Amino acid sequence: MNAHDAFDGEDQGAQVIPLRAMSAEPAERNPVERTIASGLSFLRRRLAGDYEVDEFGFDQDFSEALMPIPRAFYEHWFRTELRGLENIPAQGGALIVANHSGTLPVDALMLQVGVHDYAHRNLRLLGADLVYQVPMLGHLSRKAGHTLACQADAERLLQKGELVGVFPEGFKGVGKPYSKRYKLQRFGRGGFVATALKAGIPIIPCAIVGAEEIYPKIADLRPLARLFGFPYFPITPTWPLFGPLGLIPLPSKWMIQFGEPVDLEEYDADAAEDPMTVFNLTDQVRETIQQMLYDTLLRRGPAFF
Amino acid sequence: MPAARIVLVTGVSRFLGARVANALQADPGIERVIGVDTVPPTTSLGRTEFVRVDIRTPSIAKVIASAEVDTVVHLNLVTAPSGSRASMKELNVIGTMQLLAACQRSPDMRKLVVRSSAAVYGSSPCDPAVFTEEDEPVEAPSSGYAKDAVEVEGYVRGLKRRRSDLTVSILRFANFLGAGVDSPLTRYFRMPVVPTVLGFDPRLQFVHEDDGIEVLRRMTVEDHPGTFNVAGDGVLVLSQALRRAGRPTVPVPSPAMGLLGDVGKRLGGLPGFSAELLRWLTYGRVVDVERLEHELRWRPKYSSEAAFAEFVHANGLGQNLVVDLVDRLSGAVTSGGRW
Repeated sequence: MNAHDAFDGEDQGAQVIPLRAMSAEPAERNPVERTIASGLSFLRRRLAGDYEVDEFGFDQDFSEALMPIPRAFYEHWFRTELRGLENIPAQGGALIVANHSGTLPVDALMLQVGVHDYAHRNLRLLGADLVYQVPMLGHLSRKAGHTLACQADAERLLQKGELVGVFPEGFKGVGKPYSKRYKLQRFGRGGFVATALKAGIPIIPCAIVGAEEIYPKIADLRPLARLFGFPYFPITPTWPLFGPLGLIPLPSKWMIQFGEPVDLEEYDADAAEDPMTVFNLTDQVRETIQQMLYDTLLRRGPAFF
Repeated sequence: MPAARIVLVTGVSRFLGARVANALQADPGIERVIGVDTVPPTTSLGRTEFVRVDIRTPSIAKVIASAEVDTVVHLNLVTAPSGSRASMKELNVIGTMQLLAACQRSPDMRKLVVRSSAAVYGSSPCDPAVFTEEDEPVEAPSSGYAKDAVEVEGYVRGLKRRRSDLTVSILRFANFLGAGVDSPLTRYFRMPVVPTVLGFDPRLQFVHEDDGIEVLRRMTVEDHPGTFNVAGDGVLVLSQALRRAGRPTVPVPSPAMGLLGDVGKRLGGLPGFSAELLRWLTYGRVVDVERLEHELRWRPKYSSEAAFAEFVHANGLGQNLVVDLVDRLSGAVTSGGRW
């Protein structure tokens, strides 16, 4: 393409050996040199704008580069255990439906890391409207491969054979008080079931245990929330008491369990237009996840040790 | 249906109109190409006959009737605010109304091709990632040419209802880029230091001028009724585009951005930012071009990326000193003194 030609031309002008070709060679270099070289090559790609972004704004190059941060939390802080990976198809569209909790949506990031590292697929999450109105958050979320939770986007992703993740509880789930932990809230309006029916893809139920304890929300300051336009303003044992330190999540033990896909093959696409079918399926998925949550919670034992 | 014989092109003195008239007159099947505009053309139009007429007045009807025009290619939509907003609106909306009234009257009319804009979808944080032709805007555009385009499309649909025998094609173009395009957008990219909206990095799409002209030509000589999005494949995000162009940027909080634009416009002859450009630079917009590609069995030759690359090349941009520095640095590290 023209852009690439132009930049290649510049490379020659500056008498530089193309980096990507270099790092692809199994050159006998020490690891430090290799790290520096790949770091510089990343830096060059970023500075020159030499990377691809899909129509949803997913910037894989950028997202992979930032992944080590949530990964460190996933592996070492939360010591996450992942089960039921065989339920995630190696390719093709599928909809992962999970419970949502933790005051801040850290569970979404952990789910994404888990699926990326162990199922080797990019999880395309559907985010709330609010995310895209907040400066920084909106475009970072798009670069990480997320998009707005609306039927059109979900259908488009599934048609392209992507693995889509959704939290039907939304703010009701992520912002619920600590006393209601592991009790699933209402599952939206069942939009996710209609989308899956229309796309003809399976729903994979998923239970995330551990996120409830990271920021135990013991109170909610409504007036402040209204002032800032947030859905809630949480009070946790450490926030806002210890200031920014209160943002460090408590090191709970996490388990992510994928259940058997809910097969929707017996329904045709018209079923999406039948509210009763949609409600029944929504309830069925919700019950399944609730049961998985109880089972996984028992298996985990104490929350922190 | 008979092919287009006598074609009237509005807005012929401007870049797009002149190029489309040129493409049409090369077609031997077209008997006459008549170009109209309020100002005389700056370049030679070849065998296109220029008629200086203001489409805001009923005299356009006389031209259409006397020349027995059967196809109207309406490219008059002004997207760059040159004079006052009132005169732009007058030209866009009142001009279209007069033109459509004349079209409705004419017994010879059989086809109308209208240049609209993807701006009719608006730009908002709650937009779907990709707009198809069926999608309604989440927040309808409330100002500028985007609003004009919405109104123009409304009047065109009205004409289509009243004259169901007409073949009507409405084309919603993404922003034009290429070697010859001069628009508020190209002026924005050419600013010495490019301001961006702090905390936002919109997804952008471009259509290369050659592809745009080819689409308009095909719509004129073939029958493709309906509404179509027109854009190059793929997207660029703003930060990425500016890096590719090697432009220094400065993030500015969004309330200050409009102010900055006004100051720059007054003092430095800079483009200024219209409300719809500002929203586009904040939230971006992506349209789906599946329908067009399917209908024409053709894909734009230039992706959004390639159209932008051509613009960068044609304007002598693309010098990125920081990248050169990194190249030198990495050269020194990886070649280990081999130079």
